[in-house]
Amino acid sequence: MNTLFGEKKAQAEKLTFTSVEQYPEAPVSLGTTLSNFTGDWRTFIPVVDDNKCVKCYICWKFCPEPAIYIREDGYVGIDYDYCKGCGICANECPTNAITMEKEEK
Amino acid sequence: MAEYKPIRKVVSGNYAAAYAVKHARVQVVAAYPITPQTSIIEKIAEFIANGEADIQYVPVESEHSAMAASIGASAAGARAFTATSAQGLALMHEMLHWASGARLPVVMVDVNRAMAPPWSVWDDQTDSLSQRDTGWMQFYAENNQEVYDGVLMAFKIAETVNLPAMVIESAFILSHTYDVVEMIPQELVDEFLPPRKPLYDLADFSQPFSVGALGGPNDYYEFRYKIAKAMEDAVKVIKDVGKEFGERFGRDYSEMIEKGYVDDADFVFMGMGSLMGTVKEAVELLRKEGYKVGYAKVRWFRPFPKEELREIAESVKGIAVLDRNYSFGQEGILFNESKGVLYNTDARPIIKNYIVGLGGRDFTVPDVKAIAENMKKVIEAGKLDREVEWYHLKR
Ligand code: SF4
Ligand code: SF4
Repeated sequence: MNTLFGEKKAQAEKLTFTSVEQYPEAPVSLGTTLSNFTGDWRTFIPVVDDNKCVKCYICWKFCPEPAIYIREDGYVGIDYDYCKGCGICANECPTNAITMEKEEK
Repeated sequence: MAEYKPIRKVVSGNYAAAYAVKHARVQVVAAYPITPQTSIIEKIAEFIANGEADIQYVPVESEHSAMAASIGASAAGARAFTATSAQGLALMHEMLHWASGARLPVVMVDVNRAMAPPWSVWDDQTDSLSQRDTGWMQFYAENNQEVYDGVLMAFKIAETVNLPAMVIESAFILSHTYDVVEMIPQELVDEFLPPRKPLYDLADFSQPFSVGALGGPNDYYEFRYKIAKAMEDAVKVIKDVGKEFGERFGRDYSEMIEKGYVDDADFVFMGMGSLMGTVKEAVELLRKEGYKVGYAKVRWFRPFPKEELREIAESVKGIAVLDRNYSFGQEGILFNESKGVLYNTDARPIIKNYIVGLGGRDFTVPDVKAIAENMKKVIEAGKLDREVEWYHLKR
């Protein structure tokens, strides 16, 4: 389901620093999202109905996590490793293409 | 290199700061007005309105936002400036940590003003010293000239070590009092202070990165060490930049503690900011009357000039630390720091704390003389009468 991000994540090495010199001078791009999966927090899961989606990308703009991406076919995909289930996307979608469903774990 | 011919202007300390901001080619100023800082920002606004300075001015609704906007601008690669006083500085506190933690060389003028209540707009160093542990460098100006010079040097130093810097001037005593200031022609400032080269540049879209990432227990510690190291390295940078400033413009700032008559002095007065102007005047007079006194004006409080203080302490019998500030439950802040520096050395002169001038209480040449009398007695007796003296207290 997450082919795009899945590939990127597979390519990216987990950033670990073993000596103080290796750290960047300022705390930027520490790669913490590689290990900090905010998807763990979720109770409700957004489900997108491509038939209703009009590709306006409002959901993509509003998502507070790096969880919504644009698929090659132009529809939106959701990276469930990072979607924390806040429901903002479902609330903002003008065509109600996104519904929040209780997640079965 | 063009020949240096200073431009003399009669300006207030606040206008001196504004001119330095213009000459430093600051790109973004975000500020909220607070007495006695306001006229810095008014003057900058005037420069912008007249087309004399190409600065993006961001009016904000509080000092917290002023610092947040300065941080944003600095992260985007701009040279950023703001100014504040007292409660405004306290409101920035959280964001001050952010600037140093993200290693952003924002420069700010704090016009020293007493914290309320009782409500006060007058001079007192407790506001800036309360920000001691935020990772900001602190330069205390004695006069309007040092405000101007301090802002220019602060940008250069801050951008070299990637830490923010505060230039501190006294409420009204400097901020609103006019004096001759020698300004530097723009092309020479440009040579001294070239455009900033940011460590990371958010506006560089070819290399996107995240700011303010999470640093767990496995990473946080190393970043604190890096700030500590940068502060340590700043000592040399400050001295080098101060020396370069002296070579180019005739006013040497290579000493972090400006000394006078120390070599053969029995004791010295030590303090920071405008009150040291009074002390210098008094020392001249006291010397004529046969007192063997000197002065040690602490210019940089952060990083703290440990080595220079140790050297002074080795050569004198006593140090009278004049604190226009107080840490409740302990003592004057400069006094506390100084004792700490000397503890692990053999240099242990008698060191006494005089709390003076809080909330703008006048501190005059006769006051310095009275303190000299007391200090002389203490040294002759070889022991302290009391460690901390509230000098002006109505008894
Ligand atoms: S539920 Fe929240 S986190 Fe998840 S995709 Fe929607 S907006 Fe993003
Ligand atoms: S907001 Fe709704 S319609 Fe717009 S792209 Fe997202 S899912 Fe599609």
